[in-house]
Amino acid sequence: MDLSVRIGSLHLKNPVMTASGTFGYGEEYAEFIDLSMLGAVVVKGLSLLPKEGNPPPRIVETASGMLNAIGLQNIGIERFIREKVPFLRTYDTNVIVNFFGDSVDEYVAAAERLSSVDGIHGLEMNISCPNKQAGWCIFGTDPRVTSEVVGAVRKATKLPLIVKLSPNVTDISLMAKVAADAGADALSVINTLTGMVIDIRTRRPKLANRTGGLSGPAIRPVAVRMVYEVYQAVKVPIIGMGGIMHAEDALEFILAGASAVAVGTANFINPTATTDILEGIEAYMIEEKIGMVSTLTGAAHAA
Amino acid sequence: MSRSFKAIIKRNLPVHAIHNLLTVSVPDSMPAPQPGQFFMVEVNKGTDPLLKRAFSLFRNTEEGIQILYRVRGKGTGILKNMKEGAVVDMLGPLGNFYPMPPEDKTPLIIAGGIGIASVFSLVEQLAGRAIVFYGARTREDLLMLKEVKQLAKEVIVSTDDGSAGAKGTVADSLLAFLANPQSPISNHCIYACGPHPLLKALSHSAREYRVRTYVSLEEHMACGIGACLGCVVKTDDGYKRVCKEGPVMNAMEISW
Repeated sequence: MDLSVRIGSLHLKNPVMTASGTFGYGEEYAEFIDLSMLGAVVVKGLSLLPKEGNPPPRIVETASGMLNAIGLQNIGIERFIREKVPFLRTYDTNVIVNFFGDSVDEYVAAAERLSSVDGIHGLEMNISCPNKQAGWCIFGTDPRVTSEVVGAVRKATKLPLIVKLSPNVTDISLMAKVAADAGADALSVINTLTGMVIDIRTRRPKLANRTGGLSGPAIRPVAVRMVYEVYQAVKVPIIGMGGIMHAEDALEFILAGASAVAVGTANFINPTATTDILEGIEAYMIEEKIGMVSTLTGAAHAA
Repeated sequence: MSRSFKAIIKRNLPVHAIHNLLTVSVPDSMPAPQPGQFFMVEVNKGTDPLLKRAFSLFRNTEEGIQILYRVRGKGTGILKNMKEGAVVDMLGPLGNFYPMPPEDKTPLIIAGGIGIASVFSLVEQLAGRAIVFYGARTREDLLMLKEVKQLAKEVIVSTDDGSAGAKGTVADSLLAFLANPQSPISNHCIYACGPHPLLKALSHSAREYRVRTYVSLEEHMACGIGACLGCVVKTDDGYKRVCKEGPVMNAMEISW
């Protein structure tokens, strides 16, 4: 059985990755699973300088999902390189660093710094996190700005560059084309959907940030549809994500057009979700007599 | 040692109108829990509710782990109906624990309402050393009072309606004690669990009287293992995770 997949120049031993922001810096899960079992570990989003994040309450559970407004809290790139990379380097997996900036210059500086570090195998650009205040979301929603920031980062790094797309747009295919044309090697589809929950007793939003990003099985059909559309629009590989809880869910994304999948919120509920899903994919391949998982990518598009 | 395991429900019985005591058997590979630690418990095989629920260790017994919980929402509503023999996924023991007081100090343990669930095992471990301040809304809400009395050196009860002990909050009782202590205040330390406003009030008193005070905090939590950063509390040193750097924190460090 061949579980390997390619994401640009990255070679993954299997298609199961972690979704940024749900897997810490890897350490939190190392007591529950062998990180070397994973195709890639995508770490919590980093910025040049540490970020404190939003005041609590930061999360609220919703029907088959959750809203989060963590506010991109992170330890900053330098501390990550010093304290977390040596640990991650001990595992036989691809380490993909999710990063973001407040300006094109910050994106470029972050990408340059991360590219100089041994033990980082790929970069994932967050242009779509919905938790920032006004003026920032445009990186993920205004095609001209998307093109500018992705193009600038492309010039700044030789590492495989993944762009994580926001679902909070009218036409995700257009955003996918723009990112691919600007030099993205792969696309992560999708980030969280912006949402809100209101407490009817206090009559105020439950999150201190008011809005948050919706994740979990509630968003899965939307995410599968978007992967399907993006697959038709671009040639670059897609990493599918959005409410994957079980192998069956992961397979839907692969059939819709994803070369690999990322498990997010499920890690919170079950710390062995990633390896459980991998086992489930293997079982499906045996049942369906599939020799190479990569042949399933986009199979739902067949006439 | 594994902190991710399947537990089997031994008993899940009401101890009061809206409170249940859950006893689950756990595998030998689970590390021994300490007073103050907590568990994440699966309440549902489906996706709504989605997340595991965080519960304090109430008591570690020969039979297994006990959790005292209040039925208040969808998750605990489902948990309440789980029967003996049911298997639930659990994570734990998680978080830090109450540091033991030095031999020469008298521990003052403050429980507000269901906060007793977290401090009970500490009272037990201190084997007759603790003075417990136990407050609740009414006499009926003073869960496990008899057991607490057996384990503590002394129990000072208060209720909001005056139906048992002094009328008022447990913070009032503590203030009265601190204002007129049996021995020098510096010989005491405080452990507290209860509603946020209570902990805040206690911490102000503790600061005023310069008594070392540990509080056990509660926040919305998705993972319980430090990954989601959802359960943070503001401290002098930035945001800290209740699930990882807590749930027990030095009251002086918290930006109330």
